[in-house]
Amino acid sequence: MTQPVFAYIVYEDGVADDTALEMLTAAAKLNPDASISAIVAGSGAGLDAVCNEIAASYAQVWKIDNEALAYVNAEVLRGMLARILPQGCIVLAAHDHFGMDLAAGLSNKLDAAYLPDAVDFEGIENGKLKAVREEYGGQVSTHVLCDISKGAVVTLRPGSFAPDESKSAGGQVLDKTADAMEGGLPGGARRFLEVVAAEVGDVDITKSEILVSVGRGIEDEDNLEIVSDLAEAMGADVSCSRPIVDAKWLEKARQVGTSGQTVKPKVYLALGISGSFQHIGGIKGAPFIVAINKNSRAPIFQIADVGIVDDILDFVPELTDKINEIKG
Amino acid sequence: MEILVCVKRVPDTSENEIEINKDGSDIERDDLVYSVNEWDNYAVEEAIQIRDNVGGSVTVVSVGDEDAEEVVRREMAMGADKGILLSDNAFEGSDGRGIANILKAEVAKGEYDLVLTGAQADDGAGQVGGMLAAMLDWPYASLVNSLEVVDDKTIKVGREIAGGNLEMNEIDLPCVLSIQTGINEPRYVGIRGIRKVASIDIPVHGAGDLGITPEAVGESGAKVKRIDYFTPELGEGAEILEGSTDEIIEKLIELLKAKGGIK
Ligand SMILES: Cc1cc2nc3c(=O)[nH]c(=O)nc-3n(C[C@H](O)[C@H](O)[C@H](O)COP(=O)(O)OP(=O)(O)OC[C@H]3O[C@@H](n4cnc5c(N)ncnc54)[C@H](O)[C@@H]3O)c2cc1C
Ligand SMILES: Nc1ncnc2c1ncn2[C@@H]1O[C@H](COP(=O)(O)O)[C@@H](O)[C@H]1O
Repeated sequence: MTQPVFAYIVYEDGVADDTALEMLTAAAKLNPDASISAIVAGSGAGLDAVCNEIAASYAQVWKIDNEALAYVNAEVLRGMLARILPQGCIVLAAHDHFGMDLAAGLSNKLDAAYLPDAVDFEGIENGKLKAVREEYGGQVSTHVLCDISKGAVVTLRPGSFAPDESKSAGGQVLDKTADAMEGGLPGGARRFLEVVAAEVGDVDITKSEILVSVGRGIEDEDNLEIVSDLAEAMGADVSCSRPIVDAKWLEKARQVGTSGQTVKPKVYLALGISGSFQHIGGIKGAPFIVAINKNSRAPIFQIADVGIVDDILDFVPELTDKINEIKG
Repeated sequence: MEILVCVKRVPDTSENEIEINKDGSDIERDDLVYSVNEWDNYAVEEAIQIRDNVGGSVTVVSVGDEDAEEVVRREMAMGADKGILLSDNAFEGSDGRGIANILKAEVAKGEYDLVLTGAQADDGAGQVGGMLAAMLDWPYASLVNSLEVVDDKTIKVGREIAGGNLEMNEIDLPCVLSIQTGINEPRYVGIRGIRKVASIDIPVHGAGDLGITPEAVGESGAKVKRIDYFTPELGEGAEILEGSTDEIIEKLIELLKAKGGIK
């Protein structure tokens, strides 16, 4: 089987996203014999820089260069990709805020299967791709079979495939703009206006060395006091998972994760946080992670260094008392 | 504005620890507590607020078995005007594409300006909204975290992107949006609210009513099939501290001190 594989690559400030090299590994794992091409869309000097960077890793780079893509609107891009992608191909994209916007609808336009948020591949049998996914916020894993015989769009969980750093492709860049624009600019019913930056908070948790991070397991706003008491005893700052911000118990600037802050502390204490990939995605620099959770099978225990299975409402005040006692 | 909100009944992960059954064919479903998918409550709240501001009506729809009626009713207790259940044996085993197909048929029966879904549900796919939009050939925006009605033809939406920044777009109606948590504060529904809507009739539409060929949906139409559940092998995994609480605390403080976790 020789279905061509395409990886859609996002970039910022002229630098390709980390997932560009992860998709290369994923594509090779999917089908070692397939031809693997990258697609990059945008405009101007940044786009050319990324195409050249990516050509070191991909044998072929398809470039779509248009001013209307200075900020890439998924609605516009989807229309363009539907015009240029060959029937029956396999398209890879990252399962992030952009991939989630683009991919599901693209699969319809290509009349292909859609496999969202794959974390691993286990081979192809009889036109069916066997892949691993997770459900219930990572509490269980599943094997799925995806019929790729008529093509597929697959989004990959960022960080799940190791980056291929070999950079030995010596690839070439092909300009596909004319084909993508044939018939005019698509996607006009959704028009990009601007990006509004998130509000800055009173602490900058990206600079914190020690973070005491609280999740939905805290159960009630009033209980947050035990968390700030512990943070004070440790000399730490308080951060949190998304539901705490959604409930307006803490400000957005304290949210750790892919739609919040990326933190690089030395020590990260996760209290009542399950460990969804969007949360973990915001923790970088391999800190020492301690997780306290009453569910012994919470996914956070897979990435923590040290785990404690207990109720935070009981455990945390006792820990705080003990630290204060020692400090005198 | 005529708004349709798609809602799904899912196991409530804040009430249950999800366990896999003996042969890995399913999760343990005995004693599971179900609720409305978290994201869908935000979608319904947003729809109600739009209706209260500019007029119109809110309809909630769910694809599921007869048990899904309870979530439709719950969202009606929140303030939705109408509820519809899409249910048929032929729908069982549908993949995301199948669900979107079924919903599309219901959308086609009405005159909706706006269709809302949650950003994702229990299997973390985030696919139904985007597929539905593509099938209807309507514009789509995902992960919407702010919404403002401009006039009866356009709305302005903010999509939440990396770092919590908002990507602002203007989008023509009719359109499909997937709603991200935090866009509003979903109202509380008490027992009294549920009682008020307890006797309202919720119509059930099957494949025949919707003009759906059974082969296009369900098991037979599915391109993506789950074959089993399993617990992943935990690489290294965390070192779980054991002993009495005092012992655990002592050990933890020692570790924290060594790693610079106590200033
Ligand atoms: C596009 C997108 C972007 C997202 N971005 C982010 C992001 O940036 N950051 C983020 O955090 N999330 C993000 N999310 C949400 C994410 O998917 C999860 O829903 C969220 O991280 C869950 O937060 P949690 O762990 O606090 O809650 P839950 O998953 O509900 O976990 C609560 C945990 O607390 C435990 N617990 C309960 N009570 C107690 C107790 N008394 N003592 C001890 N333990 C207890 C439970 O066992 C459970 O493990 C995003 C989602 C999407 C779709
Ligand atoms: N069975 C269903 N019935 C109605 N809506 C659904 C169903 N499944 C998914 N949806 C909608 O699609 C959204 C995203 O779910 P998913 O694409 O399955 O992750 C949900 O939040 C719902 O709005």
